[in-house]
Order: sequence, then structure tokens, then C-alpha cells
Amino acid sequence: MAYEKFTILRSSAVPMPNENVDTDQIIPARFLKATERKGFGDNLFRDWRYNNDNTPKADFVLNMPTYSGKILVGGKNFGSGSSREHAAWAIYDYGFRCVVSSFFADIFQNNSINVGILPVQVSPEFLEKIFAAIEANPKTELEVNLPTQTITLLATGESESFAINEYKKHNLTNGYDDIDYLLSMEEEIAVFAETRPF
Amino acid sequence: MSTPQTLFDKVWDAHVVRHVKDGPDVLFIDRHFIHEVTSPVAFLGLEGRGAPVMFSGRTFATADHNTPTLNQHLPVADLLSANQLAALERNAAKHNISHWGLGHIKNGIVHVVGPENGITLPGMTIVCGDSHTSTHGAFGAIAFGIGTSEVEMVLATQCIMQPKPKKMRITVNGKAGKGVLSKDVILYIISQTSASGATGYFVEYAGEVFENMSMEGRMTVCNMTIEMGARGGMIAPDQTTLDYLKGRELSPKGEQWDKLVPYWQTLKTDEGATFDLDLTFDAADIEPQITYGTNPGLGTGVTHQIPMADTVKDGSASYKKSLQYMGFAENETMLGKPVDFVFLGSCTNGRIEDFRAFASIVKGRQKADNITAWLVPGSHVVEKQIKDEGILDILTQAGFELRQPGCSACLAMNEDKIPAGKYAVSTSNRNFEGRQGPGARTLLASPLVAAAAAVTGVVTDPRGLMDNV
Repeated sequence: MAYEKFTILRSSAVPMPNENVDTDQIIPARFLKATERKGFGDNLFRDWRYNNDNTPKADFVLNMPTYSGKILVGGKNFGSGSSREHAAWAIYDYGFRCVVSSFFADIFQNNSINVGILPVQVSPEFLEKIFAAIEANPKTELEVNLPTQTITLLATGESESFAINEYKKHNLTNGYDDIDYLLSMEEEIAVFAETRPF
Repeated sequence: MSTPQTLFDKVWDAHVVRHVKDGPDVLFIDRHFIHEVTSPVAFLGLEGRGAPVMFSGRTFATADHNTPTLNQHLPVADLLSANQLAALERNAAKHNISHWGLGHIKNGIVHVVGPENGITLPGMTIVCGDSHTSTHGAFGAIAFGIGTSEVEMVLATQCIMQPKPKKMRITVNGKAGKGVLSKDVILYIISQTSASGATGYFVEYAGEVFENMSMEGRMTVCNMTIEMGARGGMIAPDQTTLDYLKGRELSPKGEQWDKLVPYWQTLKTDEGATFDLDLTFDAADIEPQITYGTNPGLGTGVTHQIPMADTVKDGSASYKKSLQYMGFAENETMLGKPVDFVFLGSCTNGRIEDFRAFASIVKGRQKADNITAWLVPGSHVVEKQIKDEGILDILTQAGFELRQPGCSACLAMNEDKIPAGKYAVSTSNRNFEGRQGPGARTLLASPLVAAAAAVTGVVTDPRGLMDNV
């Protein structure tokens, strides 16, 4: 599915300092029953966001009018657990384009890039600075610059660089995906398959 | 002489179609499992591109996540679930993919049926849109979970693009003590490494404890490797592996088998090969385990107290939130804590050996009145074994019922949901908030600990209920 190209994103951010935010919290299993990729944002963080009677929980960050933006800032080990890409779909569908943490679970990180969300891994110290800056001013803006691979707190100019391999960077910048690449090497794959013993 | 290589290197390198400059490897996939939940959107994507399935014979479909575990002969009542199951059936038929759907004699949890039918073999790369695909690493395969975009990639091209992970070896020396099962070994390891301690790594297990384990036990260990953040875990194929595989329905036969055995024997890690990280544990330190928090790393020996917040690796705030969800407090004893539900099953502990262990405790005893027990075999093959071996009679006499195969309460996508606030001792793999139903509180444990809770109604050390072992 096509996604928005990612180059430079300037936005306020939504803080979620909890550690080990797993994909069962991001999108509980009972909302995985769709056969199309539609509407997952409505159930993003469903059980943290809504009471049993479907009224919003006032103390959950997504329900606080103070916080908004296209960047989600999470605690360590964000996206652990199930491989459900629905978690990344829900985050994208809700409107986030970038997730910042000091540490991502592997499968979630892959899934994010594949659906057009940029996962930005920063140092634990920089993550604390971001949380502190948002606490001081919820409207404070971050700039995530993919071409230069930097993330900056615009209020103070403090900045850190982040890693991403050139191939994935090229994909995200241009809105390409892995399947386009793999389909272009079909003959090479067919020849390789002949060599497999099973 | 060439550089000594690890098991992981040998299998990975044999599957690299192309190294992308400054990017991931293009990795050829030998076997691809699909199920009803993570495949429909992949097929939609494929159709949107007008791409066919490149090698339909390398993909195997089974329905498991969403299926009911009672009255499987009736139409599935939940319309959304029924719709997903129908989509899988339709997509499999359209693309000529083998499909063991609901009601099929071979149906069951994908990570149970793959190995028990000989689809999983040493030296393979295996993926599935499910994180517990790591299970298949027990056979010396590189097996890991993928997202739906990657399911589409594999259908279209039989390849995925992955950077090669770092390598970790976990050695457990010595012999497992009384009442210590493979589940306890892996829960102990995760409690030592934390739920994120192996992120970025692929794990190889080594040492006497794993050498002495059955294939079922090895599958339990590799299955839960994902719970410490690793992409997967693997164990070198040995005689135990070959004995398990020989004669299974889809295992290679005759000349092909004779050719593969010598190849498989070359796969083990070479003397002198190096790992990015080497961890060693002593089996003598492992007792039956139980978790008390909301990630699988928050576990301890069943006779221990819940640790104080300042001694855990997770941040203190997250840890306290976790205990609050569970209704527990620091320094409390786990033994004697009340239990409402017992769940035996899942791709972690839904195999015949798990039912044998459970039966060994409940034999001659009675289910406690306060316990609701859900015993769910991993497949129809396991279900038949339970009946053939007389285990069903033992369970029935003790007041238990057997349900039909599926993922069930492990992820509570079907009706098998633990009610809010209730405590479940579960042999499954995740104790996340709401994992087994909104508000449900999960204590992960082995089939022996689950059985001990089922007959006493509280958290109990199973060793006190074991006969002369």
C-alpha cells in the first residue's frame, strides 16, 4: 500500500514514557479481524484509551487536548511482542509518521519502515531531554530530518543523529517498498531456487 | 582451513540471493506458513500489483488464531472471524496453496502442525506472519516472524530483505532438576536477560540441558526466544532431531533423506566460531518458574518473592505499573496466591509432552472447585495422541474437559477470554496487559505448575505433588 514519502518532518510530539509498550497494547488482538487495511487508528491503544463503556479515559495521553502532533515518543523497548503489522498500521492510520524511542523491538521496527513510519532511535539521554522539553511545553516542536539523519529539539537547537541504512532511507524518501525491489530480481531468484535441496 | 562458522552463519549464508549495498540481504525462504489473521491484506496487496504467487508449493496455510475451540463442526458464530477464515480458504484455493483449515484432520496451531508433519526441516529458512515462528528453530532452521508486508513479499518473490542480526550463544550447563521443564529453562533465561535483552540478536542454544531435551522441549525454548527480543533461536540438529523427523508425512524419504542427513550433520557450529555475545547459566540455579508481571521477563522461581522495584532492570515506574495491573506488591510470596483460570495449550506448550506432564500431576486428584480449566491441544494430531495414550481418561476422571485445537486463550482472539481482574496460570507465552482478555491477569508457567494450580486452586510448587522423581 502506498504511503506518504518521508523527508523532513516538523511537528509537536505525543509523549508516552512507558517502557516495553507491546503490540498487544498498541492494537489488541480482538481488533485484528479485518480482511482489509482500514480504520485501525480508531483502535490504537484501545484499552489504555477507552473505558469498558467506550468512553475516553481522560488521563490517557491521546485523549488530552494538550498533546498533539505527528511524532510519538515512547519509552525503551517500544513495539515488543507480536509481529502484527496492524500495530504499525494503527499508528500510521491515527496520523503519526515517526516514532522516537531509545530502543525498538526488531519486528516492529521493520514493520514501521515497511508501512512508511520512520522509527528514530535516540540515546536514553536525548530521549529524556525530549520528554522534559514536552513536559515544559507540550507544543514544543521536533524536527526529524531523514536526508541528514538528525532529530532536533527546535526550541534549544539540541540535536542528535540517528542510524538508518541507505537502502531503507532511499525507500522511505521515495515511497518505494521492498516488493518493488524484489520483483525486479525475479529471474535471479528463480535461478537461486533451483539450487535449494528442499 | 576456512574460518570457523556458527550454525546460524551456515544456514543464513546458504540463503543469501544478493547482498544489497549499504542495505539488507535478500534472503530466500524455503518454507512459508500463513494463517487467517496476517495474510488477507497480503493477498489484497498481491492482487493490487497483479503479481502471482511465485512458488505456491513453498507456502502452507492453516487456520488457528481465530478458530473456536468448542463445536468446530458448527459454522463459526463470530462473523468477522468466519470472514477471515473464508478469506484464507479462498486465497489458498485461488493460488493453489495447501490449506489445512478448520475441520481438516491436520488442522492445528501453525507452529505445532509444521513440525509434526515434517514440513519443518534443519537448514531451512522459515517465516510466518507470527512472532512465534521462532519455534521451528528447534530443528536447526532459521525461523522468525514477519509482518504482513513481508508475507506479501514472500508470496510474490519467495524472498524477504533482512539485515543479518548479531549472534548470541546461550549455554546452560548441568542437568535440569526435579520438576524443571523446558518452559522453566526459557522463563528463567528471559528473567535473567529481560524482555529486551536479546533484541538485535539471533540466539543459538548450547549445552547439556538442550542436548538432553526432547524436540517438544526444544520447540518450547525456541518459541519463547522472541520474548527476550531476539528474532529467533536455534539448536543444532542431532540424533534427537533425526529420530523425530524420520517417517513424518512430509519428511524427505529414501534417497533424498539419505542425502540430506550428511548435510544436516555439517550444520553444527564449528569449534572456535565466535559469537557477538556469549551467556552461560547453570541448570542447578533453575527451579519451576512463574511470572508475576506484565512482560515475560518479570518471572521468578515459584518459591520466591516478587522482587523489589530497585532490583529489576525495567524502570521503576513501569515495574510498579505492572505490579499494580496484576494486583501484586513487592516482596509478596508467589506460593498460595489465588488462581481462577488454568490454560494449558498454545504453540508454546500445546504438544503431547505438555499434556503428559499435566496429567502426571492431576492423575488421582481432582480439579479445584474455584478453577476454570481450558485444556486446548495444539493440533488434531495431539488431540488423537491424548486419547490414544489414555491421557483423556486421566483428565476426565480428575474433572477436566478437553477442548478442540487452536490458539485459544493465548491471545484471546476467539471466545476464550479470561475475564477482567481474574488470575490465569497459563502455559502460553505472553503475560501482557489484556493479552488473554481485557483486564485479564496472566501468570506464565510450565504445564506442571499449571497442573499444580489446577488441583490446589492456588499457586503451588509442583515438586510437592510429584511421585518419587
